[in-house]
Amino acid sequence: MRSFFQRQGKFRPLTKTDERGMDGATIPEDLWTKCPKCGELLYTRELERNDRVCTKCSYHFRLSARERIDTLVDAGTFEEWDTEIRPTDPLEFTEPKGSYADKLVQTAKKSGENESLITGIGKINGRPIAIVVSEFSFLGASMGSVFGEKLVRAVERAIDLRIPVLTVNASGGARMHEGLFSLMQMAKTIAAFHRLGEHRLPHFSLLVDPCYGGVPASFATVADVMLAEPGALIGFAGQRVIEQVTRQKLPEGFQTAEFLLGHGMIDQIIERGNIRHTLMVLSDHYVGRPANAQTGYPRGLLAEDPVVDEVVENVRVGEEA
Amino acid sequence: MTDEVITPESQLTAMDRVRLARDPNRPGTLDYVNELLERVVELRGDRSFGDDQALIGGLGTFRGRAVVWMGHQGGTNTKENLERNFGMPRPEGFRKAKRLMQHAEKFALPIITFVDTSGADPGISSEERGQATAIAECLLQMIGTRVPIVCTVIGEGGSGGALSISLGDRMLMLENAVYAVASPEACAAILWKDAGKAAEAAATMRVTAADLQRFGMVDELIAEPIPAHEATRDTIRTVGERIEHHLAEVIASWDKDDNAAIEAMLDKRYQKYRVMGAWTTV
Ligand SMILES: [Zn+2]
Repeated sequence: MRSFFQRQGKFRPLTKTDERGMDGATIPEDLWTKCPKCGELLYTRELERNDRVCTKCSYHFRLSARERIDTLVDAGTFEEWDTEIRPTDPLEFTEPKGSYADKLVQTAKKSGENESLITGIGKINGRPIAIVVSEFSFLGASMGSVFGEKLVRAVERAIDLRIPVLTVNASGGARMHEGLFSLMQMAKTIAAFHRLGEHRLPHFSLLVDPCYGGVPASFATVADVMLAEPGALIGFAGQRVIEQVTRQKLPEGFQTAEFLLGHGMIDQIIERGNIRHTLMVLSDHYVGRPANAQTGYPRGLLAEDPVVDEVVENVRVGEEA
Repeated sequence: MTDEVITPESQLTAMDRVRLARDPNRPGTLDYVNELLERVVELRGDRSFGDDQALIGGLGTFRGRAVVWMGHQGGTNTKENLERNFGMPRPEGFRKAKRLMQHAEKFALPIITFVDTSGADPGISSEERGQATAIAECLLQMIGTRVPIVCTVIGEGGSGGALSISLGDRMLMLENAVYAVASPEACAAILWKDAGKAAEAAATMRVTAADLQRFGMVDELIAEPIPAHEATRDTIRTVGERIEHHLAEVIASWDKDDNAAIEAMLDKRYQKYRVMGAWTTV
């Protein structure tokens, strides 16, 4: 798990928001961002315009949850749910660096978020979908009680609204500060998705870098359609733990999205630029909208080039458009 | 700095209980099965890749009733430990558990499980064969399995590998068993930067049966007046009585031919986990 934190630190590509220096002077936003994969210096604004995918080698930079939501939904359609729920410190957990309660305050200040999960409803070309996105900068998107509660409420709302659920999953592992409350979120979330399935509503899971521990060992890998971003690292045990325990050299490409695809664990690897189109096509399969000449869908396998997206308002699963 | 923190329940520290839970002479799944069940038939293999002897299960008669049983099993010596991978299941173990749950559902047999593992196997080949997915599929199956399920933590409950066979209608836990989201050593290594601080980590993570009963995660704490490894027969007999009691309660309102009764049981199971968590609102 920790190797990924380190990796993120090394590759930390840019400071998006202005930061105050020691003397109070403003450090300007970085104009250029170096691609960690190909080394190319990328014009930051150009990179942002490309949803933070390297224009030279198509390396997928990590996104914050809110950046992610922006790349997914129709502009202005996202309504956030359950923003009033806040974490507490049920174990009165104290580690050498201080109490969990203090850590929560500091993390909230640093990340600008109150927890590691953002949920809500948005539209993808007019199609409503419940959206659940983890925020890796908040304690490594570990699954605490608030994560579980917000996720379950989102799934229960999706059942009421009869809409599909998309989860975008990154996680560094368990929230040790919440002890067994953290582990029990695996049970609680999987139970909610079991219900979603009973109502014949689809769950689409998009695994993004990095995704480890209880999240992929619960709801994130039993979705109806399993998607991943290119190059994302995904697994149960972290690479450093495996190296320490087995004292073996890890194979090339171990635990990458491509490795998972090769081992039959996911359905598709989807480039960031194609994800909206993929989700739209997928959604339509479950809302009973047959493809016809007017939809603009190409024949055959999912096209690499996005076609003109068709806008359909307020289609619910089980209803005809 | 004191090495260990005294828990209010007794003079035993959390780390004392971790050590008791891990004692190699503490009765394991097979001891319970051999003592409590008759006509036991082990059902092996995941029908896909292999048979995992770290997570075993099968059929048996418990108090005159046919059941499906399953549990984690480590070894008592090096040879056994290698055969059973120190009680750490690989994907085949979780897929076998899932298969046995489906089997129980098909024949309307109640399930009893014995939880005792330091965790799921963290190996290269386990990752290649989808360790995370195997656990997740087992959990998804278990939460919706349409027969009564009673789970008992008899030793060490280690993270996702333990949870995989812990979702049920009742959760029992022996007094000196522990259940944690990460091993005290791993927690200490990450947060204390020193695996030697496991005792502090164990205390602060609240891993004892008394802690978890207080948090509403355990339905019954089964007392161990004498630690299980020193009173094997008595402990097993007591556990058997408590499983019988809880299983009878769940079965009383369940009927394999009554869909409404099954749905009511599943709804109760859903609510049991639905309320787990601690948060505030602003
Ligand atoms: Zn590049």
